[in-house]
Amino acid sequence: MTGGAAFAIGIDLGTTNSALAYLPLGEERAAPEVLPIPQLVHAGEVADRLLLPSYLYLPHPAEMAGEALRLPWAPPGDVPREVVGELGRAQGALTPIRLVSSAKSWLCHPTLDRRAASLPVGSPAEVPRISPLDASARYLAHLRAAWNAEVAKGDPALVLERQAVTLTVPASFDAVARELTVEAARHAGLHDPVLLEEPQAALYAWVEAMGDGWRKLVQVGDLILVVDVGGGTTDFSLIAVVDRDGELGLERVAVGDHILLGGDNMDLALAHRLQQKLADTGKTIDRWQLLALTHGARQAKEQLFADRAKMSIPVTVPGRGSSLMGGALRVELTRGELGSTLVDGFLPRVEVTARPAAQRRAALTTLGLPYASDPAITRQLAAFLSRQREALDASTAPVPKLSGKAFLHPTALLFNGGVMKAAELKERVREVVAGWVAAEGGEPPRELPGVDLDLAVAKGAATYGRVRSGRGIRIRGGTARAYYVGVETAAPAVPGMAPPVEALCVAPMGMEEGTRAELPSRELGLVVGEPARFRFFASSLRHDDRVGSVVEREAELEELAPIETTLPAASGEAGQVVPVSLRAHVTEIGTLELEAADEKGRAWKVEFNLRAAEQPSA
Amino acid sequence: MDETLTPLQRLFLAFVAFFAVLFNRRFAEEVHALRARERAALPPGAAAPKPPDHAESLQIIALLQRDGRLLDFLEESLEGFSDSEIGAAARTVHAGCKKALGAYLQLEPVLHEPEGASVTIASGFDPAAVRLTGNVVGQPPFKGALRHHGWRAARTSFPPLPAHDPRILAPAEVEL
Repeated sequence: MTGGAAFAIGIDLGTTNSALAYLPLGEERAAPEVLPIPQLVHAGEVADRLLLPSYLYLPHPAEMAGEALRLPWAPPGDVPREVVGELGRAQGALTPIRLVSSAKSWLCHPTLDRRAASLPVGSPAEVPRISPLDASARYLAHLRAAWNAEVAKGDPALVLERQAVTLTVPASFDAVARELTVEAARHAGLHDPVLLEEPQAALYAWVEAMGDGWRKLVQVGDLILVVDVGGGTTDFSLIAVVDRDGELGLERVAVGDHILLGGDNMDLALAHRLQQKLADTGKTIDRWQLLALTHGARQAKEQLFADRAKMSIPVTVPGRGSSLMGGALRVELTRGELGSTLVDGFLPRVEVTARPAAQRRAALTTLGLPYASDPAITRQLAAFLSRQREALDASTAPVPKLSGKAFLHPTALLFNGGVMKAAELKERVREVVAGWVAAEGGEPPRELPGVDLDLAVAKGAATYGRVRSGRGIRIRGGTARAYYVGVETAAPAVPGMAPPVEALCVAPMGMEEGTRAELPSRELGLVVGEPARFRFFASSLRHDDRVGSVVEREAELEELAPIETTLPAASGEAGQVVPVSLRAHVTEIGTLELEAADEKGRAWKVEFNLRAAEQPSA
Repeated sequence: MDETLTPLQRLFLAFVAFFAVLFNRRFAEEVHALRARERAALPPGAAAPKPPDHAESLQIIALLQRDGRLLDFLEESLEGFSDSEIGAAARTVHAGCKKALGAYLQLEPVLHEPEGASVTIASGFDPAAVRLTGNVVGQPPFKGALRHHGWRAARTSFPPLPAHDPRILAPAEVEL
């Protein structure tokens, strides 16, 4: 791909924080390094941070002097009207109507038109709005500008757009969200970013950090569970260690759903606990004080997790006015409260048969992110391992010996995400999984050590850039989902009933990059000159569907944005029905492309249609 | 250049230089560059607008207030507050001011020996860096016990001066 790139770049475009790591491709054993990212930390003050908070603040014209928002690389003259990074997050916490946050979660929102300017949600009309796609592009553009100013320094061969860039996405991102991520990168001037699933990136970082030693730490038959709890999302993946021609190989066998639940929820939960404690003594607090309380609770949490001898930590909310002591509120966070709120609240000891409380239906909620309605990460994990076990029952995937009776038995755990710095949280996950496995007579899983929890994804993505150039082990697995097109079945019309739809598999699970799948016989008739729209579905469970397999009950599948194509007039007379077949192509960079081809071999691109999705009235 | 030119030598030089500038392009370019350097080296007050008095000192106070609420703490009367309330506020001030110091200053002791250790102060020491107390008689080297190791700013990286009026140490906050 990017010929002559000097560096492999890994970009972790996170829900709450982003990071960029790099390694020189010319050096055999270079370890990935993290780029300190210059950003506004206060008005008029730029400082380096290893993480770029993924927040965009849209200031009021009278609010902050434009010059105070100038970044070192900004050309003189135009005055910036947006703030990305630490200052954006801090300012937005006080004025949330002007803050764009969690753009990445909006990017995989099932019903929103993600190219339409819709963020910040629910703000007054005069606040400028941008789309989730543009917000993601802004963060990437900031990283690009930072790299070009700090590293390239005017050398056109070193600019970011000419390096081998890998961009990470949650394993739970479907084809549409992946496509949009690439589109955002292109808006930011990065033309061919390669996509990589975040849990895989964490494992690449682990392999890199262990050097050749990793081959001694795992063996054929191991099943590695990657538990990635970030600031805003939780992501699970299972990666099997397999025998590949006598060598150890890694194969990703399953990914979980997109769970909007993470470290920020934990800090907020602690703050609400303390807020309740204050309320019990008759003290109410406002938004500013709740922020200060959240901040204080986070620090107290870190101190309690770091020092097991401490039984409680005082948290002070200073007075907001100039009276620091007079307006101050004081409350204690005890070890018991920490345990019951975080460890038992988010990681309760549950049976493997436990399932998360049902997701609220989208129709009942106003326009908002589909946050997980059950905060118990262990219940989400139980559901993941059990559902994947059922799915792999009759499958050819390489895990039969490990599969266990009721759920998949992981033999090793790899943690990722800043939340997992707390040993007690890691220990609880390990204990719960070990309990489930022991009940079916299995060995407890061991923890794979030694990954930098905040920066592993960026570092692993940079390592992947080198792997793609042919050095180092590559995790296989291909696409994490199978994709289906909804086709109306021929059935007698019944008033009030939509004709039944069956789902036709167009791209099976596990398609590797650079491969194609063609529907052999089933043909669809398209009308020349008229847009043809099909419902589009995905499944992360149906391992064995092949191209052309039919799923009669489309309710088993996840519905995505519909796909659409229009045959141009050149393909025949207007109104004429042309028989076409669909073919799927997984590109080298990891996106899914669909084409409709007629019998003469002419092909037209089939697009994801986001606009057709139901638009909530905001 | 160490030697000082007499007025007569300077008159001669001016005469030579006049023709050299006129007929020697390289010489002229060097004289031009020299004049440009002189202009750049002029005191800032001459060319750029002069920053208001004590802007840098005010900035440091503003930073300690912003991060550590130092002014609020010092300006509030301690009357009527219990030690535990003052202690709680001190934690806020301590954490914030320490964060500000850490961001802009790297501190190190002037003398690295542990406090209480006996130290020798050689002759030619900097009296600003080492203060002698007690039985101060005789000639260096002095021997004594280290009572306070002192502080030195090993590295400073203060943010650029704000463009606004530096006398604003903390903005008034108005919630709409």
